[in-house]
Amino acid sequence: MEQGTFRVKAGLAEMLKGGVIMDVTTPEQAKIAEEAGACAVMALERVPADIRAAGGVARMADPTIVQRIMEVVSIPVMAKARIGHFVEAQILESLGADYIDESEVLTPADDKYHINKENFKVPFVCGAKNLGEALRRIGEGAAMIRTKGEPGTGNVVEAVKHIRMVMSEIRLLQNLPEEEVSAFAKNIAAPIELVKETRRLGRLPVVNFAAGGIATPADAALMMQLGCDGIFVGSGIFKSGDPAQRAKAIVAATTYYNDPKVLAEVSKDLGEPMVGIEISTIPANERMQERGW
Amino acid sequence: MVIVKIGVLALQGAFREHKKMLESCGAEAIEVRTTDDVNSVDGLIIPGGESTTIGKMMVDWGLLDTIKDRASHGMPIYGTCAGMILLAKDIVGSEQPRLGLMDICVRRNAFGRQVESFEADLHVAEFGTEPVRAVFIRAPYIESAGREVKVLAVVDEHIVIARQGNYLATAFHPELTQDDRIHKFFIGMVQESLGK
Repeated sequence: MEQGTFRVKAGLAEMLKGGVIMDVTTPEQAKIAEEAGACAVMALERVPADIRAAGGVARMADPTIVQRIMEVVSIPVMAKARIGHFVEAQILESLGADYIDESEVLTPADDKYHINKENFKVPFVCGAKNLGEALRRIGEGAAMIRTKGEPGTGNVVEAVKHIRMVMSEIRLLQNLPEEEVSAFAKNIAAPIELVKETRRLGRLPVVNFAAGGIATPADAALMMQLGCDGIFVGSGIFKSGDPAQRAKAIVAATTYYNDPKVLAEVSKDLGEPMVGIEISTIPANERMQERGW
Repeated sequence: MVIVKIGVLALQGAFREHKKMLESCGAEAIEVRTTDDVNSVDGLIIPGGESTTIGKMMVDWGLLDTIKDRASHGMPIYGTCAGMILLAKDIVGSEQPRLGLMDICVRRNAFGRQVESFEADLHVAEFGTEPVRAVFIRAPYIESAGREVKVLAVVDEHIVIARQGNYLATAFHPELTQDDRIHKFFIGMVQESLGK
């Protein structure tokens, strides 16, 4: 019997595909998310929109919050650790969190290195803006990738930019003659073996979710049609007028992403979406997507 | 050999892997999301994923009754992990929606949380001497089974593969490995059901 193998870690992400992972800050919100059909929840102290508003240093959630949420739902519970903060990750693993998000939403704890994720039995998900960044994270042991987007904005434009970048780099890679592959790997600063595997598969070697700025069922379906395997919704649900209804609609839109009739139906009467932020109004040094390398 | 058309329930979960494996075994495979899809296939696989998510969507989109109806007319169904939970008559401590077609009582997340997930070699007489490499992810097991249920494999005395007539259930994920014996076995069940 072997635990913590890469197949077991990446396997849980495979099981989450086609589903919606929702940010929650209380057991009550976690129940609403599970009831609405979330395939997992992310246990947090504050959703990204509030982290953005509060400013200062954002850290791992209080373990009590993570534990109380684990107690009330039967679906997987994820939690966020700061980039490079392997002790926060050790703590979350010891609590029994099912996935750790080494996340740029929190303030990075290391300005040079990400966590060595191979040292853990718990699997990790990491953000990426392009193929090189995704493959570097997988090279460090990440078993799942998500787009970075710009968290807490309710503005999907950055997530779209990032998935388009990853997909177009993969298409380019697939069309290269063999002898140019190693130079391509060098240019994007990614491990050559993972570049070759991506070329062979025609997709990332692990599951790739959308995250950052998704606020409506149409946003979720857009990301799915662009080639994502599933959806993270951060502030978009519990910062909206009717969280339960919106959560359910986004779940349906993630499954029926190719059916505009269903999308029209589930988009009706959802109440107020979260208030969005235009990206150009956020100073460059406050953009979370620039964290990590 | 008759080419059978097998649907993979594609509401949420690892449907892509099942589809790929069925195709590599020579079956025709489609993703199933609507009642029309359910009515167009000879057999159905319910993949791993979140059983609560899949169950709710089966109810919301009218698939639960259609699948039960097809099953009552002999359509074979194979459930992996969440699929096994959805096939079960009883689920320990849960009222969640289910098909309830197999006379089994299933415990969810029975081996523990993700850090306890594991791989192991199973010896299954039906599939020959070569062991089956089984990947268990927050997996359930069958706590008890009725007399009609045939137990095919156990881990630590817990049932992890079972068959009852046209229904097959595994607590683990053959679709995450290269071993296609269980899929071939299920394709055989579907061919047999068409011959009747």
